Amino acid sequence: MGIKINNQNTHNSSDEEMVLNIGPQHPSTHGVLRLKTITDGEIIKKITPYIGYLHRCFEKHCENLTYEQAIPFVDRCDYIGSMNNDFGYAIAVEKLMDIQVPEKVEYIRVIVAEMNRIASHLLAVGVFGLDVGAVTPFVYCFRDRERILDLFEMLCGARLLYNYIWVGGVSHDFPVGWVEKTYEFLDYFEPKIIETNDLLTYNKIFIERTADVGVIPPEVAISYGVTGPNLRGSGVKWDLRKNETYSIYDKFDFDIPIGTGAMGTIGDCWDRYYVRIRELEESLKIVRQALDQMPRQGDIYESMPKKIRPNAGHIYSRTESPRGDLGFYIESDGSATPSRLKLRSPAFTALSCMDEISKGWMLADMLTILGSLDIVLGEIDR
Amino acid sequence: MNNTEIINKIKSSFKNISIDENHSDRIISTPKEWEELSKFLRNDYDLFFDSMMCITGIDEGVDSNNLGVVYNLHSMKYNHKIEVYIPVDKKTPNIFSVEKIWRMAEWFEREIYDMYGIVFDGHSDLRRILLPDDWDGFPLRKDYEFPKTWHGIVVDKIKDGWE
Repeated sequence: MGIKINNQNTHNSSDEEMVLNIGPQHPSTHGVLRLKTITDGEIIKKITPYIGYLHRCFEKHCENLTYEQAIPFVDRCDYIGSMNNDFGYAIAVEKLMDIQVPEKVEYIRVIVAEMNRIASHLLAVGVFGLDVGAVTPFVYCFRDRERILDLFEMLCGARLLYNYIWVGGVSHDFPVGWVEKTYEFLDYFEPKIIETNDLLTYNKIFIERTADVGVIPPEVAISYGVTGPNLRGSGVKWDLRKNETYSIYDKFDFDIPIGTGAMGTIGDCWDRYYVRIRELEESLKIVRQALDQMPRQGDIYESMPKKIRPNAGHIYSRTESPRGDLGFYIESDGSATPSRLKLRSPAFTALSCMDEISKGWMLADMLTILGSLDIVLGEIDR
Repeated sequence: MNNTEIINKIKSSFKNISIDENHSDRIISTPKEWEELSKFLRNDYDLFFDSMMCITGIDEGVDSNNLGVVYNLHSMKYNHKIEVYIPVDKKTPNIFSVEKIWRMAEWFEREIYDMYGIVFDGHSDLRRILLPDDWDGFPLRKDYEFPKTWHGIVVDKIKDGWE
């Protein structure tokens, strides 16, 4: 179990303070992130994250791109959950243009988004294990994630950056045999969660490393705008799929898992990790129900607009991506290009509370906390 | 509370705010009033906007004198929303920082400063966040001119003798 030192006055610490740079090229920073850490011995005094190493001028580019051309750029923001990013963007533009998509398209979108959520959480869980020293579960998680990527490759040809969900529709219908293969995957994957639990979740060493470490109190999480599994890990029952239901999520029966402090305190690293594991099960439930209910006939291009030219106006719309509330603020001046497109990244807010929650912890615990937040630098830097 | 009730409640304390004609959920205020208004929105018992969803900077265009900041607020307790728009003059782009009220504003305001040059008064650490510290100008302004070189590196695409 990690040790947190709150009493800073036990000895004159100013002589022993040291500045330690972690990153930008460091395997535990999950990308190109530099953490300027002020340490006293092994205790963290202050962390200043330096970001922007992956800045690709997404928002500036979008001023010169049409609405459909922006979709591949949106893909590349959160490259672990591309389908969810496309989904959020498509919903925002559709709200701006008042487009109703056919029921079949809604089902297709929910299925691929939830499959992508499983893939994203598998990566988060596996890499978190790797951060605290468990190498084997990482390989097991990637084995299962690979099967989802294969399914997506069969669906649209791409394995990571799909450009699949378009404004008003999707790029391809399900190919022949895809639904059966997905059912096969669901049957295959359900017992694998138990395997992950045996390997990692209830592993004594893993619990010692993560329980009670890096607690985010609920009011701190809300003030910092921390959302998604990180917020639910702190015991706040908040999920946009239920609380601000969009698309057809109201048709499915699923739970919102929250952190209970089963191994330590509510809102510790273990809780955040376990919420992701539980969400795997919930996503499986949604995919199975959606596959059962999905209308097999129907035209997916029916509501796709020939020209995307929204009337002048603006919209702020948010959806639940694997990392939390993914918001899009779009301002249109009536032309084919948005005059302002802002992506509100959930990982950006999660990283901003790093300093607050890791003060007083040891250096090794700091990397545990960073891993448990599940950040994607592509989305933070945009 | 629905939109009309929220807006009436705000109007009873702040007379000068106006409502966007095209969007009934957006109120328009001034940088002077924003300090009082932000504290009121956060602390009032019936409104209680404890969660800031997003802060966006915008440029109203080359012809306009204004930049602007859009605040999207949400109450986790009552589940209602409001959007506040504050136009900021381009010559004196100063606005009150809400960093102490909603902590997530710390980085969002740094980003807006980085991209638009809007100065948030009272911010504890107003530096560039995404761009390098020595970058010239504010890229998301509509009148931004792309640099030809950066530290001696040619960044302009069109070079002599190419094509």
